[in-house]
Amino acid sequence: MNKKTISFPHMGNYSIPVEYLLKHIVDANIMVAPKISNRTIELGTKYSPEFVCTPFKYTLGTFIEALDLKANILIQAGGGCRYGYYSELQNQILEDLGYEFTYINLVSKGHTDLRKLYHEFKKIDPKFSILKALYYLLITSKMIKYMDNVDDYIRQNIGFEREKGALQKENKKMLKTFQNTKGLFSLYRNYKKYFKKIKKIPIDKPLNPLKIGIIGELYTLMEPFANYDLELTLARYGIEVKRYTNAHYLLFEKKREVKKYLKYAKEYVKYRMGADAVDNIGRTKYLCTHEYDGIIHIKSSFCTPEIGAMPIINKICNKYDVPVLFFSFDANTSKVGIETRLEAFYDMIEMRRKK
Amino acid sequence: MKDCYLGIDIGSISTKGVILDTENNIVCSSYLWTEGNPIGAVKNLLDVLKKDLPESYCIKGIGTTGSARKLIGLMVDANIVKNEITAHAIGTLSRYPDTHTILEIGGQDSKIILLENGIITDYSMNTLCAAGTGSFLSSQAKRLGIPIEEFGTLALKSKTPVKIAARCTVFAESDLIHKAQLGYEKKDIVAGLCKSIVLNYLNNVGKGKNIKGPIVFQGGVSKNRGVVKYFEEILNEKIIVDENSHLMGAIGIAILAHNHKKDKSYTLNIKDISFETKGIECNHCSNHCELLKIYKDEKLIDSWGSKCGKY
Repeated sequence: MNKKTISFPHMGNYSIPVEYLLKHIVDANIMVAPKISNRTIELGTKYSPEFVCTPFKYTLGTFIEALDLKANILIQAGGGCRYGYYSELQNQILEDLGYEFTYINLVSKGHTDLRKLYHEFKKIDPKFSILKALYYLLITSKMIKYMDNVDDYIRQNIGFEREKGALQKENKKMLKTFQNTKGLFSLYRNYKKYFKKIKKIPIDKPLNPLKIGIIGELYTLMEPFANYDLELTLARYGIEVKRYTNAHYLLFEKKREVKKYLKYAKEYVKYRMGADAVDNIGRTKYLCTHEYDGIIHIKSSFCTPEIGAMPIINKICNKYDVPVLFFSFDANTSKVGIETRLEAFYDMIEMRRKK
Repeated sequence: MKDCYLGIDIGSISTKGVILDTENNIVCSSYLWTEGNPIGAVKNLLDVLKKDLPESYCIKGIGTTGSARKLIGLMVDANIVKNEITAHAIGTLSRYPDTHTILEIGGQDSKIILLENGIITDYSMNTLCAAGTGSFLSSQAKRLGIPIEEFGTLALKSKTPVKIAARCTVFAESDLIHKAQLGYEKKDIVAGLCKSIVLNYLNNVGKGKNIKGPIVFQGGVSKNRGVVKYFEEILNEKIIVDENSHLMGAIGIAILAHNHKKDKSYTLNIKDISFETKGIECNHCSNHCELLKIYKDEKLIDSWGSKCGKY
């Protein structure tokens, strides 16, 4: 039998912590699949049901690319919407295509069955140890936290950097050191060192720049390929961008925050509506009442929880008179159309600001 | 020498050009078909404008808008390139300063713009679907053998418009054939089509929008009197259609060119300049970017579509 090779889907830069974690807890090759490209989405679309949400297509495409490069163990997570059924369907589709592989589903039927996962990892690596896994999980969670902190800072300032690309360049260097992290302390030291450097990069930011909050469905928010580099495009207009959803939020904060959001926006929403719908309604209220110039809501086509949230978001924005722009991205959205709408949105909020 | 400003609106179906003086009055204008060749269309357009422009005027700024704005902006060296939403709003406000709603139906897209005290407060644009746009009307006019110019007049003659399933162009077309084969009169079918355009527009881009008067209707389809009639009937408001409603985008972008003028004079002699584009697929990485290289006088001046910045 071939050597065991594990692969997993892409989302933003998070392949770095995932690779790091797997590398240290199981004895197997860890393959970071090729970066998402047009080929990925073409493959994914070809073998997906037509009306499935787009993240399904992206991750299926990535799996096929990984399997073609001889990966034989795939890892997928799940969530509180259709995402919870990705695993079963993708497993079936890939089997029907004739690939041979083991499919590890981190979240099945809405829960993470730790005992089952333990046995699955034990099968891959008989020496798999829980203690070691916990230790590296801790490091990985810190790593994600640090990455998200730096990302937040970059998002607020990238539109105003004096030398274009300087922030991203330093960020890339930091991520490179994260890949070879020795332990908690070395991770912390590198984070401090590079964050300091990043903060020193000259920024020409006006006192009161235009500010936009981006909300919506998580995958489309976090994978720049899936949202056609929305954040960078906004930055080029000189807009400060606020985004709440990141991996740390989803993994460690969401459980607590959802309750807060439900309370905060209780005049608009009473029950959880799946995935991040309630979160986004709460955030809309917050953004509307905290002097944001506009809100952009993005989702992949057919994302049901967000479709449910959109009329409520629209209502809140009407009430506070804050402009909102909705985007639905699919596998073949034209970039020109997005740019036209974004440019008009920018013109609009700028005109409103001047008045 | 008097200053003037040129606005060019290059849409999917038609290309519009307008020259304004410093008071925003139209000096001359032109309207012709794009026919899938924006570069050729603009060359012809400038030729026409050149003949019409009195010698005492000197062009001090050029603006481009519409779906080919970027390409043509590069070709004519425009001082401003802007999206059609802003251009339409500015153009309309120059004529009707207290407008509240702009309905716009063009060849390929339709949009609604809401204004309050002269600033855009909300807008929406159709996304994937061509139902409720001019190209649908013109293809159906061809199918029925009616010149598009007479379409609206014919629709006005009907008292009982046929109901046509308007959700989607494909369904609408099969429904239309079905109704024709059943023996309905042509004028009733045409009126039904006009009505379906209106319903589709209101259900699609107009959904959830607060449509208040004064309402200005523009874009090529606003010349269709049948569509105007059904808008008035359904919205129960007076619809203003300017005699230059088809030129509003071009007027708006000419005004913006005026506001962003640089110290530069333009001539309209680009007929002899060769301007070519070449589309290639880059195979250097897995992105497979579709690149468009633009040559002016056989010299590469720009390339678009590269994700990595190699070109």
